[in-house]
Amino acid sequence: MSTSARLATLVIFVFAVFVAVPVLIGLTHRTDFYYTLSSVALLAIASGGVWLTFYIGRINIGQGAYALMGGYVSAILVVRYGVSFWITLPLAGAFCAAASVLIGLPILRLRGVYFAMVTLVLTEVVRLLALALPITNGAKGMVSLPPPGPISLFGLTLVPSFDTFAERNEAFYYLSVAVMCVCFAALYRLVHSRVGRLFVALQQNEELASSMGLNVPALRVLAYSISSFFGGIGGAIFAAIAQSVYPSSFTVADSVNFMLNCFLGGLGFVFGPMLGTLVLYFGWDLLFQAGQYQLLIYSGVMIALMLVLPNGLLSIRPLNFRKRVRPLIWRRS
Amino acid sequence: MEQVVANGLYLGAQYALIALGLTLIFALMNVLNFAHGQMYVLGGFVTYELYGQMHLPFVVALAASAVTLAVLGGLIERFLFRTVIRRSKREESTMLLAAGVAYFLDALILLLFGEKQRGVPKIVSGVWVSDNLIMPYDRILVGFLAVLFIAAFILMMRYTKPGRAMRALAQDRVAAQLMGVPVEFYSLVGFALGALLAGLVGGLLVAITGVNAGIGGPISIKAFMMVMIGGAGVISGAIAGGFILGMLESVGLSVLHSYGDVTYLVIFAALMAFLSVRPNGLMGKPWG
Repeated sequence: MSTSARLATLVIFVFAVFVAVPVLIGLTHRTDFYYTLSSVALLAIASGGVWLTFYIGRINIGQGAYALMGGYVSAILVVRYGVSFWITLPLAGAFCAAASVLIGLPILRLRGVYFAMVTLVLTEVVRLLALALPITNGAKGMVSLPPPGPISLFGLTLVPSFDTFAERNEAFYYLSVAVMCVCFAALYRLVHSRVGRLFVALQQNEELASSMGLNVPALRVLAYSISSFFGGIGGAIFAAIAQSVYPSSFTVADSVNFMLNCFLGGLGFVFGPMLGTLVLYFGWDLLFQAGQYQLLIYSGVMIALMLVLPNGLLSIRPLNFRKRVRPLIWRRS
Repeated sequence: MEQVVANGLYLGAQYALIALGLTLIFALMNVLNFAHGQMYVLGGFVTYELYGQMHLPFVVALAASAVTLAVLGGLIERFLFRTVIRRSKREESTMLLAAGVAYFLDALILLLFGEKQRGVPKIVSGVWVSDNLIMPYDRILVGFLAVLFIAAFILMMRYTKPGRAMRALAQDRVAAQLMGVPVEFYSLVGFALGALLAGLVGGLLVAITGVNAGIGGPISIKAFMMVMIGGAGVISGAIAGGFILGMLESVGLSVLHSYGDVTYLVIFAALMAFLSVRPNGLMGKPWG
């Protein structure tokens, strides 16, 4: 795509999420969509993180751990120490990034299914920790989190208190979508930067990358910590919307879903996780009509999609398009 | 203490059997079978229907579990995994497929058998009591059968032609193909065999602990852990992993129970520490 086409797509996208969607919701009075779409945006942020670990060639089924961690960090700071939500948000991300550096240094030495399985176990570890630690309030969870207050700078109110909105979830919608846009813009920028090139080198062959003089351990920890930062941010806002966080808020199933979102959207495309999350979330919701057959149809469609489009939804595109846009991931050896 | 060890051995024998199927599928096809726990549950329900409801002999029900799962595994390999492996750009895509299959089986089991916990009448009654050891006879029998199946599996892998072919396949797929091993056929056989083992354990355990539709996922996670402890794709590793996890669970439950429900937290943490020292498990090949 040319630069102008890319810019046009960006403008259309931003217009759609910030203007068109709220207007449509206002016209149809389906205010429940604010909650649904915020959830999609937040899950997409976490999935974007998973996508980045895929980008360095690691299968990450542990994002639920960081989302849960982020949710708890924010909730504990807000409830127990009375810190403003807006300060806890970056803190939650930073906490997860720091934790992921400590955890990542040893486990990123693992590859393939070993890494996948360890991250899966990590999700369980964090859930069990949340159950066992005294500060997290065990199975009862952290409940009745207050809504985010106003942000003022030099007496000027930049963001009004969420209480002043008639529909509180509308405020959360703008917040979630804005954070999602920032995260994916950052992801896009990162992938198309020099560091992004180095990540591709890691994905293709770590030994070769190392022999070219790349600091492989540092680079993969960097990617993993950015990924976990996204997970923490997503989890923290999620806790704020739900006004609660429980050990079961993010479980192994959620970790697997984050991974599936990336797969479904296509691992070769930065915006794949966003599309994948949207399709999977709404697909699941729409199938609610099917009652007891919900899971059966959902998984059946998933298997069918896998058979027809094993490289993700974004791999279908017009022929003349395909020539110019090369997927970012090639088959390894 | 003897009681704890006996429980650990009994648990370990079953765990090892579960892990064997998972590791076999992994070794042959490089597929992490997320649906392994669900296959186990399905095997349990087949035995429940035949033995518990229709009152056929336990052996018949167990054989039926094994055959059902073998057929199902074969079909899944032939029509799903083979196609996706051929068409996909990245081998990880099979994980999505495996997760899809796991969800599908979960849904199917829930629809067919409902969400209730199901049990069957005891296969043998009575309890063996000695000075410091109490063991119901049916547990002894099931543990013994599990060990028997493990031995049979090892012998088959070591001394029969299909076993040799599968070992060759696990070692080097291309070289095996060049030597004239029908690779696709033995992938199918291997997957079916792995599923069969899952069904067999399911059938065995329904006689002791019963079965319910929700335990598939947790069983899969346990199976992953055993495979990681021993090293993915290695038969001896899977057996070692199974016994180690069984022992840890048994000892952990008796030692740590005063601290609350932390056994699995400790096991998980120990596993992560262990894997950062030995990334390939006890006996795994480098980078599986």
